[in-house]
Amino acid sequence: MTALPPPVPVARSSYRESNARRRLAGLLDPGSLEDLLGPAERVTSPHLEPFGIPAAFDDGVVVAAGRLDGRAVLAASQEGGFMGGAVGEVHGAKLLGLLRRAERERPAAVLLLVDSGGVRLQEANAGLVAISEVMRGVLAARAAGVPVIALVGGGWGCFGGMGIVARCCDAIVMSEEGRLGLSGPDVIEATCGVEELDASDRGLVWRTYGGKHRYLLGEADRIVEDDVAAFRVAALELLDAPRPLTLEALAREHAHLAARLEAFGASADALDLWRAAGAAEPERLPMLDAATFRGAVEAARRGDR
Amino acid sequence: MTAPELLAELFPGGHAVRGEGGLLLGPARTGAGEVAVVGTHGGLEVGVEAALALAAELLRIVREHPGRPIVVLVDSRGQRMSRRDELLGLNGYLGHLAACVELARRRGHPLVAIVYGDAVSGGFLPLGFMADAIHAVEGANPWVMSPTAMSRVTKVPLERLRELADASPLLAPGLEPFVRLGAIEPAWTPPLAAALEAALARPPRPDRRAEEGLARGGRRLAAVVAARVAGGAPAAREPSGSGR
Repeated sequence: MTALPPPVPVARSSYRESNARRRLAGLLDPGSLEDLLGPAERVTSPHLEPFGIPAAFDDGVVVAAGRLDGRAVLAASQEGGFMGGAVGEVHGAKLLGLLRRAERERPAAVLLLVDSGGVRLQEANAGLVAISEVMRGVLAARAAGVPVIALVGGGWGCFGGMGIVARCCDAIVMSEEGRLGLSGPDVIEATCGVEELDASDRGLVWRTYGGKHRYLLGEADRIVEDDVAAFRVAALELLDAPRPLTLEALAREHAHLAARLEAFGASADALDLWRAAGAAEPERLPMLDAATFRGAVEAARRGDR
Repeated sequence: MTAPELLAELFPGGHAVRGEGGLLLGPARTGAGEVAVVGTHGGLEVGVEAALALAAELLRIVREHPGRPIVVLVDSRGQRMSRRDELLGLNGYLGHLAACVELARRRGHPLVAIVYGDAVSGGFLPLGFMADAIHAVEGANPWVMSPTAMSRVTKVPLERLRELADASPLLAPGLEPFVRLGAIEPAWTPPLAAALEAALARPPRPDRRAEEGLARGGRRLAAVVAARVAGGAPAAREPSGSGR
């Protein structure tokens, strides 16, 4: 038996392993990234010093203007390496400012590269208020006709209030490695006990929060490989597919969410849910690459796009 | 303040608000006309079912009572924390609820929220915190995380955390710090019915909480940083209401 030749390595830049700036630079047209309040401005959080935490010159988020296939976009990229991308007063205000700018400038889209555990506890109250302002800002930008697209594939995932923010957007792009939810596994375990959710059970955590499950449910609109270029392609596809904020569109979404609860409300685990959705051999799904997975769950997937 | 007490004080002209399953839903009479009440009581932790029921009620109000003012009553200890809620995508249900509030706003429904109990995170963000104006009455208690949990996560001793909270509205739980941050208005004094009528009479305006936080000294940076990133003339910012 002849051994197969090793696969040809494809030039690929891991989205997950890249930092916030590299993700954003790779997503936008080359050389088009233009900081709106860059690290040189040194706008830092004054609220970390009492905790003995050194500040970051961008407070953990890059906000920028740029181009996507030649079209003007605005974008934010959260830096998971700084406080887990958590939202404090300055960080949140940068996101809010970007969305207000979008309302005024009407770019082709706002891209939110989310990598965040949610509210920054060292600035708890201001973080919560900021998340609320960002939710209002996302919905205001959408109402003004600017699509807002969330990209989730960083190591911290998209949790806490940022999980709600992402679902206030027009669309979500996820990688298999991306995780999306409200109360993260550690929070559930700490609050409800290890018998409710064992945060160290990686398979369980992945099945519950991971990109494949979110795509199958219809929570994520696209699932892509862990590759900056793949995220770029998906963002491009979604530029011209806004979800209108109309009664008809929200009634449709409502019916979709009601049907999910009806169909899967009794599922104890994602595997049961996938089986109930009609996915063949659900235990195989974790092993498939994104393209094969998309094909395998096409019929079982909920959601209209 | 309990929900029945609050309802009696807000609506001396009568109401038909039902309180099943931790929800408060139904019409009420004010001096300014009929309003729709949408809210929670008993500190309800909002899970997928409650989020869906609240969204359904908002869509019904938009459909059946165009323009009717919506009074949101907030008493929630946050989102329900469970593996099942996360498996089903609770964040998606809450995002949908927030979008339904936005739809009501865009279609001309005045939105007045009143915090009368706990107001926490995922129970506050998608409904009460989405209103045009966020008011409070006695007993309002917004917070993010209990001091003991915060101490555990931040690894800062409880005693030190208390000292820090005394010095900063960013860390202390309760109404007063949230007022200073510009997020909630100071508590109403009785009679509450008159305060509600005055709130309903005020024209809705875009979200100015960051600017209020600056004026009240609780958030010195948010408005300034947001304005720098937004660019343009901040005073020129008007409601964007393409659908208004």
